[in-house]
Amino acid sequence: MIRLEKRTAPSRFWTYAAPLLAVVLTMVCGALLFAALGNDPFVTIRTIFWDPLFSEFSWYYRPQLLIKAAPLVLIAIGLSFGFRAGVWNIGAEGQYILGAICGAAVGLAFYPTESVFIFPLMIVAGALGGWAWAMIPGFLRVRFGTNEILVSLMLVYVAQNLLASMALGALRNPDASGFPGSRNLARYPSATSWINEGAGLHWGVVFAFIAVIFAYITLSRHIFGFHVRLSGQSPRAARFAGVNPGLLVLICMGISGALAGLAGLFEVAGPSGLISIDFNAGYGFTAIIVAFLGRLHPVGILLAAGLMALTYIGGEIAQSNLRLPAAAIQLLQGMLLFFLLAVDVLTHYRVRFTSRRVV
Amino acid sequence: MDLSAINPILLLASLMVAATPILLAAIGELVVERAGVLNLGVEGMMITGAVCGFIATITLGSSVLGFAGAALGGALLALVFGILTQVLLSNQVATGLALTLFGLGLAALLGQGYIGIKAPVIPKWPVPVLSDIPVIGPILFNHDPVVYLGILIVAAVWFFLSFTRAGLILRAVGENHDAAHALGYHVIRVRLLAIMFGGACAGLGGAYLSLVRVPQWTEGLTAGAGWIALAIVVFASWRPWRLLLGAYLFGGVTVLQLNLQAAGLAVPVAYLSMAPYLATILVLVMMRAGRAPGSLAQPFHASR
Amino acid sequence: MTTPLLRLSGLTKAYPGVVANQDVSFDVQAGEIHALLGENGAGKSTLVKTIYGLVKPDAGQMALQGAPFVPAEPRAARAAGVAMVFQHFSLFDAMNVAENIALGMENPPPQREIAARVRQVSDQYGLPLDPSRIVGELSAGERQRVEIVRCLLQDPKLLIMDEPTSVLTPQEVAILFETLRRLRAAGTAILYISHKLEEIRALCDAATVLRLGRVVGTCDPRATSAREMAELMVGSSLHVPHKAARPEGDVILTLQGLSAKAPHRFGTALREIDLTVRRGEILGIGGVAGNGQDELVAALSGEIRTARDMVQFDGQGIGHLAPNARRHLGLLAAPEERMGHAAAPDMSLTENALLTAAVRQHLTARGFVRWGKARAFAGSVIAAFDVRTPGAGNTARSLSGGNLQKFVIGREIMQAPALLVVNQPTWGVDASAAAAIRQALLDLAAKGAAVICISQDLDELMEISDRFAALNGGRLSDPRPAQGLNVEQIGLMLGGAHDMEVAHVDA
Repeated sequence: MIRLEKRTAPSRFWTYAAPLLAVVLTMVCGALLFAALGNDPFVTIRTIFWDPLFSEFSWYYRPQLLIKAAPLVLIAIGLSFGFRAGVWNIGAEGQYILGAICGAAVGLAFYPTESVFIFPLMIVAGALGGWAWAMIPGFLRVRFGTNEILVSLMLVYVAQNLLASMALGALRNPDASGFPGSRNLARYPSATSWINEGAGLHWGVVFAFIAVIFAYITLSRHIFGFHVRLSGQSPRAARFAGVNPGLLVLICMGISGALAGLAGLFEVAGPSGLISIDFNAGYGFTAIIVAFLGRLHPVGILLAAGLMALTYIGGEIAQSNLRLPAAAIQLLQGMLLFFLLAVDVLTHYRVRFTSRRVV
Repeated sequence: MDLSAINPILLLASLMVAATPILLAAIGELVVERAGVLNLGVEGMMITGAVCGFIATITLGSSVLGFAGAALGGALLALVFGILTQVLLSNQVATGLALTLFGLGLAALLGQGYIGIKAPVIPKWPVPVLSDIPVIGPILFNHDPVVYLGILIVAAVWFFLSFTRAGLILRAVGENHDAAHALGYHVIRVRLLAIMFGGACAGLGGAYLSLVRVPQWTEGLTAGAGWIALAIVVFASWRPWRLLLGAYLFGGVTVLQLNLQAAGLAVPVAYLSMAPYLATILVLVMMRAGRAPGSLAQPFHASR
Repeated sequence: MTTPLLRLSGLTKAYPGVVANQDVSFDVQAGEIHALLGENGAGKSTLVKTIYGLVKPDAGQMALQGAPFVPAEPRAARAAGVAMVFQHFSLFDAMNVAENIALGMENPPPQREIAARVRQVSDQYGLPLDPSRIVGELSAGERQRVEIVRCLLQDPKLLIMDEPTSVLTPQEVAILFETLRRLRAAGTAILYISHKLEEIRALCDAATVLRLGRVVGTCDPRATSAREMAELMVGSSLHVPHKAARPEGDVILTLQGLSAKAPHRFGTALREIDLTVRRGEILGIGGVAGNGQDELVAALSGEIRTARDMVQFDGQGIGHLAPNARRHLGLLAAPEERMGHAAAPDMSLTENALLTAAVRQHLTARGFVRWGKARAFAGSVIAAFDVRTPGAGNTARSLSGGNLQKFVIGREIMQAPALLVVNQPTWGVDASAAAAIRQALLDLAAKGAAVICISQDLDELMEISDRFAALNGGRLSDPRPAQGLNVEQIGLMLGGAHDMEVAHVDA
């Protein structure tokens, strides 16, 4: 018989080993899946996890990794604050879209003026857009006790519809009749987020690194980080310690919304370039996996985002070279999260095999 | 715009059809939550059910087997959630989200070869005599069998929870799992069964979308219906009959919105499409939710 | 010699790191009230859970009426005639009395019939209950009655009662004892678990004493003095706290018409509480659980905010202030629930020290935590209060109840409060740790601080308090000098048997 015994403290070994085990298990099951789909499992796994980094074309793929990972890091860092505090902002995708819309709108409003102030203004607008969108579920939870999971999610669908109407209406490029999308911000020097397009370097990458450092210091050294962790583990003890629960919800929601908005702005002003119907790439949802895979720890999130970007890029290569369906990659990512949650039990519980019977 | 193009009788009749997939998914989730488990993966189970139902119908040539396949697919996916949360004690919120992401990927993969195929039409089953009543007849008694099945399941769940011993035990497990354990009830077993029932219902709801509402397979065809089902459970304060009300309210907004689009209301389509989601938020805010089951979303581990 | 109703022989049960029961053997006769006596952690709970089928022993046998008794689960135990009233009630708050009773029965009749039988058993044993009331709205005494009636409806041969009087007023205890005597007269055996010696002497026919998982003695409680039994139970003579004479100081706290709404559905509202507390005194507040204790602590600690002048500290209205502002002024509190309220179970002791001591011990600088200083403070609490733990880096959850309680109380005392509010300071704590905590409270008062000690243990309150008041339904009685109060007077202050009134029944 197998029994689980709660550990008095989480196992240090498994805290680090569990995510690695999850990745290995995902690779094994992924290989089985690819074999079932008629692909060579070893070639497919190598294509996804190895080729983007070390193949002869890696000079092209490595910058792509940076471009994919940056928004994931930004959004996941923001989410990690809320998730640690028991604030479940699931609608980062919507905040990401709103950040892109607001930031792009500011940039497009100045077109074709050139000024060094335009891009900073866009950054502010993007962050504010995401922040405001996140404030809706935050405020409703604090004021009316409304479930923030459901509200933030509903707002994703609203945001997607808003994006469609913006691409077709207010932000549509007036010079390209019939084309459903805005002007290309990446070709507008004062509004682009690119620093060096060839190296995959844009301001989002810089902000992602700043966010990691900021989050690390806040969570480990600042009393606010302590209160965030305390609220998630023991809400009652947090109130006793003097935490204002409503304010904490708003701050956590605000941080995650603003960072998701920033991610959207950097994306629209760089890699994507323009507001169009198919602008959103699902970063907001993938970032949830990244946040958990990284154990809600800033450095962990950095690594997890790298891994997730790898599956994206590797998946694209496998898609074009091996004709692997795109959905298989999505399934692989879902599997990764499942395995991570499953092996987590080893961190908090000791598995015992008992054979003793009642005499 | 031409409002006279909207026929109120047809509108109300199609409201019942529009409400059915959400009603099915929500009644399953209601049972799961009454057992003290929060499964946020309804969307994933629905879309898996949608694709399983579609594939089963096309390959086996029977809509009945199609719906059975959908229920089975939903239940199996739910079982993954059950094992993770009940046996391996993972966080229910995170696992539910993972289930949705996984389900969306799985459904897209399974449905690859089926895009563009039309599902066979499911005939209506007008109730004899009753369907001939003017106005009420076409609204209530002239539907396909799944619409009636949905209402039947709601009634059955209500009876089960209120009047049977098994229902009492399920509520006890959801209310205070430690006390239920102390009295000797099998908390994990009860919850696993509830979770699988929830998955089966979500699967049926998904299949109704792919086989009746749309009726064909497209990626992402649930478009948030699973999340709306979750919202309706909260709206209903975990009570079956109020669930019916919530689902019809939502179905009404959806149908009205579609009709207004068709009637050419001078508002962009995108804004009308937001209406169901905004209505859900509004309802969540206005309704003061009743008391949630006491052990909802708490992990259960029988210690000494 | 007749066959005993229940015979336990050589029961052993080990958990990782601790042997809960070792070679436990004794008999319970039919028609006998048998006391099982022991301190917290002596293994009483594990033993009764074994009898009830919740725990499987590693070794040993049980026999019921001579036949082997191996209950695989509580259902089997109930079918064999064993019923149990739990210490922490196994009730479902949102359900009504009849549903709760049905859940504890093997083959329950329809709800209507249950209602009729509840009324019948209620009358027979003097336990009035309304089957249609929601359990969450009942008082502690009434909730216990639900459990007892649930057991009685199954005509048990053996009734196990785990610390049944800890939530009752003296008058309610008297009624309970009358019920138990009637049951004994009807031939039912009762296994009565307690650490209250006077009760056992008044009620029981035989007693078995457990210490550290082993049987250390049996006695006839009617013929043994409380002191002898206590020494058997504890294994050494007890340290009795020393109470020094204290001068009367200035008023530090005034409550003026303190009222607050219940913070949640099954909470208690505070109503019009007036009170003054002076420096150097210990005010004991008694009351049955759920009469506003948690809410009063919250209103003092700042977790519940009120109108400014309802709470006055050192002449200044502080009712509107948040917890940390009150800590800054010198008002500290230690709530009842250690795990998850006074301390965060999964955090280290260092982090738990930071939880309340950040302000007074200057553990932060511009919002940044001074971890070194926090660690040092946690270490000093551990050293001063003899907290048994390998170090401040260990989680709160890894500590035993008594050690964590010493840490929680010590954490507040080491911050030199002007007024300390404690709720149930020795609940679930072994006798030596309890004595140490009481002594620490007395020492604090001797240094000129005021102490408000809320407790359900009347002996404790009488031992350390200068004045005594009682909470009842969110109202506080006028405080009276503790010296010279007798049990009857205290019982009346607590509300007597008010919720035993038959009035509830005919609703």
